[in-house]
Amino acid sequence: MITKKDVEHVAYLGRLELTGEEKEIYTRQLNDILEHFQSLQQLDTGKVQPTAHVLPLKNVFREDWVGQHMSGEEVLANCPDREEDYFKVPKIV
Amino acid sequence: MQLFRLTAHELHGLLSNKEISAEELNKAVFDRIEAVEDKIGAYICRTKEYALERALAVDRQIKNGEKIAPLSGIPVAIKDNICTNGISTTAGSRILSGFIPPYSATVVNKLDAAGAVLTGKTNMDEFAMGSSTENSAFLTTHNPWDTGRVPGGSSGGSAAAVSAGEVICALGSDTGGSIRQPAAFCGVVGMKPTYGAVSRYGLIAFASSLDQIGPLARDVTDCALMLNVICGHDPKDSTSADFAVPDYTGFLNEDVRGLKIGVPEEFMAEGIDPGMRASVESAMTLLENLGATVEYTNLPHNKYALSAYYLIAPAEASSNLARYDGVRYGYRAAAAEDVADMFIKTRSEAFGSEVKRRIMLGTYGLSAGYYDAYYLKALKVRTLIKEDFERALEKYDLLLSPTTPTPAFRFGEKVDDPLKMYLSDICTISVNLAGIPGISLPCGFVDGMPVGLQLMGKYFDEGTLLRVAYTFEQNTDYHKRHPEI
Repeated sequence: MITKKDVEHVAYLGRLELTGEEKEIYTRQLNDILEHFQSLQQLDTGKVQPTAHVLPLKNVFREDWVGQHMSGEEVLANCPDREEDYFKVPKIV
Repeated sequence: MQLFRLTAHELHGLLSNKEISAEELNKAVFDRIEAVEDKIGAYICRTKEYALERALAVDRQIKNGEKIAPLSGIPVAIKDNICTNGISTTAGSRILSGFIPPYSATVVNKLDAAGAVLTGKTNMDEFAMGSSTENSAFLTTHNPWDTGRVPGGSSGGSAAAVSAGEVICALGSDTGGSIRQPAAFCGVVGMKPTYGAVSRYGLIAFASSLDQIGPLARDVTDCALMLNVICGHDPKDSTSADFAVPDYTGFLNEDVRGLKIGVPEEFMAEGIDPGMRASVESAMTLLENLGATVEYTNLPHNKYALSAYYLIAPAEASSNLARYDGVRYGYRAAAAEDVADMFIKTRSEAFGSEVKRRIMLGTYGLSAGYYDAYYLKALKVRTLIKEDFERALEKYDLLLSPTTPTPAFRFGEKVDDPLKMYLSDICTISVNLAGIPGISLPCGFVDGMPVGLQLMGKYFDEGTLLRVAYTFEQNTDYHKRHPEI
């Protein structure tokens, strides 16, 4: 059972702020969804390896060379606020 | 002749023979967009000026006697979660409104190099999270066959545009069925290639181990032509596979003799609309009459696929969407006290309710104390699901099922009940969990709404799916019917 307090905690971990109404709705909906997921617990997966990825992935290496990269202007073009060549944000501490 | 109704391969013939110009073709498509877009709402943004310029360049090539590539001059629309250099890309989210990518996705560069003409960016569920396109922050897309119904999702704009004649071919992305399900609902062909067959560089990430870009088209031949352009290894996507890309049109043979087709009983069981089942059964009979062996088989762990998917996909999404913080691009909330408050306000104001729900579901499944019971458990179940497919595909050349349990549903029917909406992906999600290719093609109508037939194949064996789909298409005429708008 997921409580309203759990929902508040999880929302905070995801950096979300919920209204009172949203908290009610999400508590109910997440409980419905998690209840449906309980069926997974019927399966014995003691000896099963997890699959995070379907392809046999290995690390990809390449030569270290100087390439063409985006200019600072291009990188900063979409930012909501800037000062000179920096992203500007509200105070941190 | 209604140019906007033709296929890319038909139009290529007309262009090459100088019977039409690329300008004429693109003007015809934009006239069509202007005539029906009010009723359909397929596009978030249109690029008419750019398209007509590109078309003129193709016409100059033709005039100079140059041989043009199969997609040269052909209008192609792109789902709005695929980055286009200098052209707005929103992923259907308010948090990216106004975002102008400084680079293009690899698939966009490839289409561009092939001469395809970008008509615009298509509507979608926010961050591809949804099955009806109702979760777009910007507009509602209507099903061209019945504007009171959803087009499916999340690539609903791409599917509706192809179906309504607002473009010839389109790109979508498919994480749990987001190409195949809207293709089925709108009566067009849609394919999710094998995971890794198409570069994801420049695709705005939803669930990185499941996401794959693929084509939506009017017929199987156009689907093969699109695959020819978009498939292949990309050094910019370390999960893209290094494999020899075949000429996919080489698989378009009208011959299924000797092929063994398995039909998983789990996909034909309760919850499947009786009319849909009847359409799929007649498809089975037709393929049998054409020389294939068709028999029922089982995927015993399929009933756990929905739960595993809706733990894994939101978990990956909750991590991928952490980047939207209002610092480098997109929306930023005004009047924040400090940077932590700015993150929270930005995300709370600009994410829609389904995206918030999935961030929370994913965060919960990954959080301390729940990781083993939820996320890790889901990854183990994913192994069992994948092994089911591998076993079945040792015995059969491909698997067949309906693409969706029901035809397109009405607006508002499921949007308030997330679990009900998730259940509409029941036939498509396990293909993503296994990473195998899947295609949906039209195989009938129920109460005037299209029915999709899904074919699922071995890793990197798109060829067999195309061959069977092409044979089915050559022996039916469902793909030739058009909605009256």
